[in-house]
Amino acid sequence: MAITPPTERNWWKEPIAKIELSWIIIAFIWGLIMFFMMIYWHGAGQQNLSNEAYQIKPDKFAARAQTMIDEYTVREENYFPVVHPPPGSDVYLIARLWQWWPILELEKDQSYRLHLSSLDWQHGFSLQPVNINVQVHPGYELVMTIKPDKAGEYGVVCNEYCGIGHHLMVGKIYVTE
Amino acid sequence: MSKTAEFRTCPTTGLKVDLAAEKLIKANAVAAIVFLAIGGLFGLLVALTRWPAVHFLPADWFYLALTAHGLDVLLVWIIFFEMAILYFASAILLGSRLAAPKWAWAGFGLMLVGALITNVAVLRGQSSVMFTSYVPMQAEPPFYLGIILFAVGALIGTFVFFGTLVVARQERTYQGSIPLVTFGALTAAIIAVFTIASGAIILIPTLLWSLGLVSHIDPIVYKTIWWAMGHSSQQINVSAHVAVWYAIAAMVFGAKPLSEKVSRMAFLMYILFLQLASAHHLLVEPGLSSEWKIFNTSYAMYLAVLGSMVHGMTVPGSIEAAQRARGLTKGMFEWLRKAPWSNPAFAGMFMSLVFFGFIGGISGVVMGTEQINLIMHNTVYVPGHFHGTVVAGTTLAFMAITYILVPLIFRRELIMKKIAQWQPYVFGIGVAGISMFMMGAGTLGVARRHWDMTFADAQLPFDYPSAAFLMMGLNGIFAILAAIGGLMFVVVIVGSVFFGRKLGVDEKPSYPEVPPAAVAVARHGSSESLKIPGTAMMVGIFFIAFVLYYFVNWKYLSEVWPLS
Repeated sequence: MAITPPTERNWWKEPIAKIELSWIIIAFIWGLIMFFMMIYWHGAGQQNLSNEAYQIKPDKFAARAQTMIDEYTVREENYFPVVHPPPGSDVYLIARLWQWWPILELEKDQSYRLHLSSLDWQHGFSLQPVNINVQVHPGYELVMTIKPDKAGEYGVVCNEYCGIGHHLMVGKIYVTE
Repeated sequence: MSKTAEFRTCPTTGLKVDLAAEKLIKANAVAAIVFLAIGGLFGLLVALTRWPAVHFLPADWFYLALTAHGLDVLLVWIIFFEMAILYFASAILLGSRLAAPKWAWAGFGLMLVGALITNVAVLRGQSSVMFTSYVPMQAEPPFYLGIILFAVGALIGTFVFFGTLVVARQERTYQGSIPLVTFGALTAAIIAVFTIASGAIILIPTLLWSLGLVSHIDPIVYKTIWWAMGHSSQQINVSAHVAVWYAIAAMVFGAKPLSEKVSRMAFLMYILFLQLASAHHLLVEPGLSSEWKIFNTSYAMYLAVLGSMVHGMTVPGSIEAAQRARGLTKGMFEWLRKAPWSNPAFAGMFMSLVFFGFIGGISGVVMGTEQINLIMHNTVYVPGHFHGTVVAGTTLAFMAITYILVPLIFRRELIMKKIAQWQPYVFGIGVAGISMFMMGAGTLGVARRHWDMTFADAQLPFDYPSAAFLMMGLNGIFAILAAIGGLMFVVVIVGSVFFGRKLGVDEKPSYPEVPPAAVAVARHGSSESLKIPGTAMMVGIFFIAFVLYYFVNWKYLSEVWPLS
């Protein structure tokens, strides 16, 4: 029994039943398939998180975002600037207690280099209803290329707990035709 | 170290039982169940708040309750119970005296004091930082201090376990190799040392930082090392509850492992690879390379997953083999149909096995895939997954073995047997519901650790789909069911421990039923005409479900915005 010492002293020499061995082999091969699937997707898939990241001081990141906001703000909504940067450009989204700043307006089927960083605590960039979720850290800037493929109004929810106002932290991204 | 240990002889097993070890098992198990009750209550409050139609707690209390819930059940309940398992699997199963019982008591005291300090810190309201306490968000110093003391206490208990293995070997209390269950407990203990060391490396500087003595803690370094503790501690649970599955299979059916070699190799896979799982929490972080993420998140090509998949066959397989040896050979599933479903130890164990594999296991591997994590990270899918592993898996298994421990170790007859009989079903179905509905809501984007999914007071509006609201409501209903199941457990066990009839010195407990003699499955390993077609069928169904669910999620991923 499993609660008593093995009955055969040389249990490591016992042969293994065919059915157990088959399952071990199947499970091992399945593991290899799942492992190489991730590598395969880096080549063939369209959805991979960028490896481009930098260390950056929060005030520096805020200043860069402000430059973009000053240049490309097209209107205001609920005291948020709505920024329409040119396709292909570097766009900045600030995470801070408890806002995603500013509102971005992007064009469908155009690529943008989205820069994400936090000015204070950790936040979670959760783009809805697309459901793309990326962690945002203070002191680190993640740069990823995004290509919105459907026009519409998207919400940016914070999904990393960031204190008592966490559930108030909602941002917006517009994608226009 | 006292050499004058006192023993009694167990009338059921004939094993020598060290009285010092027995007292420690009782103390740890009781402390565990007290914190399970407290943490479970907090969990119910959390679920009722996340039920949109009820929205029970105000925001500050919600975040406080969620911090306390994570701490008390994920850490305190489980590790106290694991200490009881370590002492049981060493001193009791090996018929040995416990090494250094005074140290074991010191460890118990530290754990208790630590748990109380952290709980008080949380209840004061200034440390609602969640169980994970990600920097730069800061808790009051006692929050970290309590966890550190608790961990030191657990480390002492772990070394008492190692010491007992040495004592048993030197004093020749057993012949040959240690039992498989003890081997599983040893696996858990080895992982525990790594886990606690990681915890010390990150929490001690964090304590100094909250005291103002250290100026800065890097958030990514914190997360990497914190999860070397946080995730590895879940691997302690896996090792411990798999050991409990084998123990219950042996105690209820007299089941013999199909192959000692295969089962032990599977445990060895845990020791070698499970520590890499810190990466599961870092798949969408900046500053870590894809190469690092892929190697670590897959436990070096899924070798630890392989271990679990092997146990997933060998545990039910050993039960099937034992039942067939008893003559339950009709068709594919007579052995399972005629299993003792009214015995809560078996019912709980078997549901734990099925739910851990189908709900917790599959979702964990899928979510831990580097790219698929993008569509799941920090959604309520994540707690959905780990309620499948830690609650439906670990907690249900620990509850199941408690029904055997009360008569054997506490020497009390179980009271309210009808309630005991139904308890695993109520709790198990409740938790399975919690897991599935949270996973469903997570697929629809709902954030975890979030007070208000309507965003009523936010500056900008956003609406989740109405199906997500339905899912969170169903989650609340099943949480009530699970809470009732939890309450049934606490009432039966605490009631039995204090008010159950005391068993006589030589009296064998009659409930739950434990068969008198072990059934030898085969004389020499499992190679001789091993027939487990029922298990093979179940494993086949599991495998098909796994493959389908895995690729369905790649399909979902391929439909979101292209990003690189």
